[in-house]
Amino acid sequence: MATDTLDQKHTELSTDNGSWEGGEYPFKVGYGKLMIWYFLLSDAFTFAGFLIAYGTLRFSTPTWPVPDYVFRLFPFLDGSHPLLFVTFMTFVLLFSSFTMIRAVQEGHRENRRGIVIWMFLTILGGLGFLGCQAWEWTTLIGKEHMSLTTNPFGAHTEAGIYLGPDGKQSEESFEAHTSYIIHKMDFSADHEAAGHATEGEHAGTGHATEGEHKEEAGAEGGHGGHAYAAPGDYPDAKVDERGYIHRKYIVASGENAGKVMSENFGPKAFGALFFFITGFHGFHVFSGVLFLLTILVNVMGGVYVARRNRNEMVEKIGLYWHFVDLVWVFVFLVFYLL
Amino acid sequence: MGHDYTGAKKIALKTIIILAVVTVVEVLIALTGKGYIVEGYHAPKLLMNSLMISMSIYKAYLIVFEFMHMKYEAKGLMMSVLLPVCLLIWAVIAFLYEGNAWKNNRRVVHDRDKIELTHTPAKTE
Repeated sequence: MATDTLDQKHTELSTDNGSWEGGEYPFKVGYGKLMIWYFLLSDAFTFAGFLIAYGTLRFSTPTWPVPDYVFRLFPFLDGSHPLLFVTFMTFVLLFSSFTMIRAVQEGHRENRRGIVIWMFLTILGGLGFLGCQAWEWTTLIGKEHMSLTTNPFGAHTEAGIYLGPDGKQSEESFEAHTSYIIHKMDFSADHEAAGHATEGEHAGTGHATEGEHKEEAGAEGGHGGHAYAAPGDYPDAKVDERGYIHRKYIVASGENAGKVMSENFGPKAFGALFFFITGFHGFHVFSGVLFLLTILVNVMGGVYVARRNRNEMVEKIGLYWHFVDLVWVFVFLVFYLL
Repeated sequence: MGHDYTGAKKIALKTIIILAVVTVVEVLIALTGKGYIVEGYHAPKLLMNSLMISMSIYKAYLIVFEFMHMKYEAKGLMMSVLLPVCLLIWAVIAFLYEGNAWKNNRRVVHDRDKIELTHTPAKTE
């Protein structure tokens, strides 16, 4: 298989099936490779547009959810692990980028077995990344109740002291720019549970909710939490109709010092931007996996041997795959690091 | 060709190691900036952010020039792809400036709304 690898670049090009009819190869590459470069250029502008929109909106609001607070959970581990999981995701994608370049190199020396092995590993990396993203999204949506239009992650603009259940100042105080999450009570689930239980067991149901809530609160570092029976105005919090608990606090600094306020939702755009941009990137990874699979099947079937162009198709999907990694470098920077 | 192949293999390995190390350093910088590494110490935001941005650009350079082989392509191809990307530099500056202007004007709009509210009852009476 590796016998005809000594071919000079331009003899390979001349055996190409003639996409460029002018006799000369513009920029000394095949048509498809040049065009994938221009496609990637346009895609880069699309992603740049999204990320710039994120930056603009972030600059336009006084507070923004702090990424090391928003992305602090890790599967199967308790407590706060800021940025650990996304770093892991980055490594999965980097690893698959490396296996991809190895596949391209094996393609250049016409080693079909090598291409298949390395492309297979690349696909595994892609699927692993998608799995991580699925976990990240599930946690944000299911556990932390973030949605396209509701952003429970906020940051205080002033220092303050939380109110206790008796409506008086508690021990818990915070500095300006401290992040918080607005927890959510699931009243509908409560009603179902209550419906099944007899009246005598009501206290038990309430207790279970409390335990669940405490567990959730413990995961993000000790915001004391307890159960509320229904939406309404409580001494220490306002619970809205959807069950979000807006804790009350006394402002300790700034022009509002002394006033009692309740925690507000964070900037609304955050959820939409996050799901849209990481979703768009994830969709690129997903379609990349599909392309990789198709090309892997073709490689195994020997389709590209017949073309005698040193597996240029593997090189092209390689370019796309590296581009997905390249975009992630900036998504990672903008969403998680800055 | 055989020599080329082992050389390319080495470069790929070297590049991925650099990328991994730079990523780890970036995360450490982000955490230091937010006060996680040294207890209670928040490193200057501007310095940390510009460090992380330049490291990400370096990572992008490695991916495009080594992994995507831009280094070995014809100069015309390189220019026709990379020069348009430079337009983004201005886009970033202009839009972030715009976002900042919105933030500053929010206060102005807020104050103006208050003025109109206090004047409206006077007119209707």
